[in-house]
Amino acid sequence: MTNIWESHKLSIIAVGLALIGLMSSMVVIPEEEQAVVVRTGNPVRVINRFQPDVPFGETGAGVVLRIPLVEQVIRIDKRVLDLDMSQQQVLSSDQQRLLVDAYARFRIIDPVQMVESAGTTDGVRLQLEPILNSVLRQELGRRTFAAMLTAERGDAMSNITSKLDDQARRYGAQVIDVRIKQTDLPTGAPLAAAFTRMETDREREARTIRAQGQRDARIIRAEADAEAARIYAESFGKDPGFYDFYRAMQSYDKTFAQGEDQGESSIILSPDNEYLRQFRGRR
Amino acid sequence: MSTFGAIAKNIGLAMAGKNPWGGKSDSSDGPSGSGGGSDSDSGGSEKPKGPRNPWLPGSGGGGGEEPRRSANIEDIFKKRGPEGPRKGGGGPGGPNFQFPQRPGGKSWLPVAIGVVALAWVGTTSIHFVQPKEQGVVTTLGKFSRTFNPGTNWTLPAPFESVYIENVSEVRAFRIPEGSEGEKLILTGDQNLVNLSYLIRWNINDLSLYKFRLAKPIETVKQAAEAAMRSAVAEKTLDDTFSGEGRAQIEERVRTRMQAILDGYKAGITVQGVEIDKTDPPEQVSDAFKDVSAAEQDADAARNRSRGVAQQILAAAEGETAAFDKVYEQYRLAPEVTRQRLYYETMERVLSQTDKTIVETNGVTTYLPLPEIRKRAQAAPPASPPAAVEGQ
Repeated sequence: MTNIWESHKLSIIAVGLALIGLMSSMVVIPEEEQAVVVRTGNPVRVINRFQPDVPFGETGAGVVLRIPLVEQVIRIDKRVLDLDMSQQQVLSSDQQRLLVDAYARFRIIDPVQMVESAGTTDGVRLQLEPILNSVLRQELGRRTFAAMLTAERGDAMSNITSKLDDQARRYGAQVIDVRIKQTDLPTGAPLAAAFTRMETDREREARTIRAQGQRDARIIRAEADAEAARIYAESFGKDPGFYDFYRAMQSYDKTFAQGEDQGESSIILSPDNEYLRQFRGRR
Repeated sequence: MSTFGAIAKNIGLAMAGKNPWGGKSDSSDGPSGSGGGSDSDSGGSEKPKGPRNPWLPGSGGGGGEEPRRSANIEDIFKKRGPEGPRKGGGGPGGPNFQFPQRPGGKSWLPVAIGVVALAWVGTTSIHFVQPKEQGVVTTLGKFSRTFNPGTNWTLPAPFESVYIENVSEVRAFRIPEGSEGEKLILTGDQNLVNLSYLIRWNINDLSLYKFRLAKPIETVKQAAEAAMRSAVAEKTLDDTFSGEGRAQIEERVRTRMQAILDGYKAGITVQGVEIDKTDPPEQVSDAFKDVSAAEQDADAARNRSRGVAQQILAAAEGETAAFDKVYEQYRLAPEVTRQRLYYETMERVLSQTDKTIVETNGVTTYLPLPEIRKRAQAAPPASPPAAVEGQ
């Protein structure tokens, strides 16, 4: 080891220096990133800029040469980034409040402009967040509460996206879309009112169901009564006279029969009575 | 044992004054010495061989009579180890270790470099890709190719790097995470529903997944939430409880999520969305339970009525059937049957009652009216003659 060092001292140092020089002039830009090369304060070129239709591997990622010490490379994320909005209270056109939680997705399409206007992607986020808030509030505030809930369906989201995109272009960013992640009722009175409404709604439903049950029960009984009457009429109507007699017999049986819970009966008969017709042995 | 104790004491004394580590090693000497006393004899005897403690002044060892008095670094480390004094001092792995001589008398350096290089290539350029997996190769950061299952080769580590991910595995996450917690979602009729669901997804294009999205998993979750909220907002509360409504919501969430993710070119396929719970919010669940109780009540009332109805009909059928039978016989011999029925009934009736026959024409009959009246108070008096004569 020492021998090699002693005999090739100069060349080793030269190789080492060359390596260091090469290393400092080579920059690896991975596929996920784009970079702006800044020479003494001026952005001179963009590496691996986002282009929508160029397949991976042909966008310019990889090893890039720069002039050491003079050129500075600023790396910028090339991927789709998220901008998460903090929860906002939005007032609908019919004066109801809704807590809205939205997010936006954006990417940097003009790194030079981004570096000049916002500095970093976090800077872009900082700039865009208040814009997103106000655009969202404006756009949703023109709708009724019910329409706000289904804002995803209508043109609200595309309006918001295009408005935010207009602003974002100034920072070299492109807004891909804006979505409402969450819509909630503010806690306190609005939420309590909603619960009360749900509760009373269910009470009404419960009452209705019980009443319907009673009604159905009544109808079922009445139908049975009617059917029974029909059956009786059909059968007894064949001979009303005989039915009268037959039923009277049953009735006497029941009325005069001795049994529990029944009063004792006494019958005073006249000898002229039909039953006693034969009593005197006449005829 | 006793000799060791003395040594330890001496060391302790020597270090207490001069050794910068003294305070600490002093306190740990005692217990470790007594714990591993049998081992420490050899350690003690080897002491003078080790390097000297650089913090001790030269005269410390030159005191003459006791060379042991000066502690050296090796000693200290021997005794401070967590396992107590080490056995055997230096040993083959110790500071005096030397490679065995190579047969030719040459240096081991080329061999060592070769081994390291082999390990480098072996660990970073052979990649075994499992059948479910896909790999993405980047050459100095630049996307170069994808891997298929099997054995794949790349240039070693800093030049090419590989990102292997399981792509056919279906990943799942639940919203809200964990089983507890309420996630209230507003429905189209401005009610709230507590809903939890499962999203299943997998990667369909690893390079898109890796290079397009900054936070892929986060993105999937947010897309799921946005899609679910908007799908539920299109439905009424009752729809979310019904099986059909749930199926529709699931399908809409899936297609909408897929559209959102495709918009990002995320390289993700949404396999399915399963709603596993739709509950009314906790605060109003009693009212909801009362609705199902009401349904039960209504059913109970209907059932009771049906029972009564069956009873009424059965009674009617029975009664008419009896009448019909008798009537059939009556028609065969009306007069006789009629008389027979009359007499039989009278027999039954009169045999069970008190009878009084009153002759008309001027016979005065004593009627025990009070008694009759007394009886009559229990049951309303019938008017028997009229009843009988009514026939």
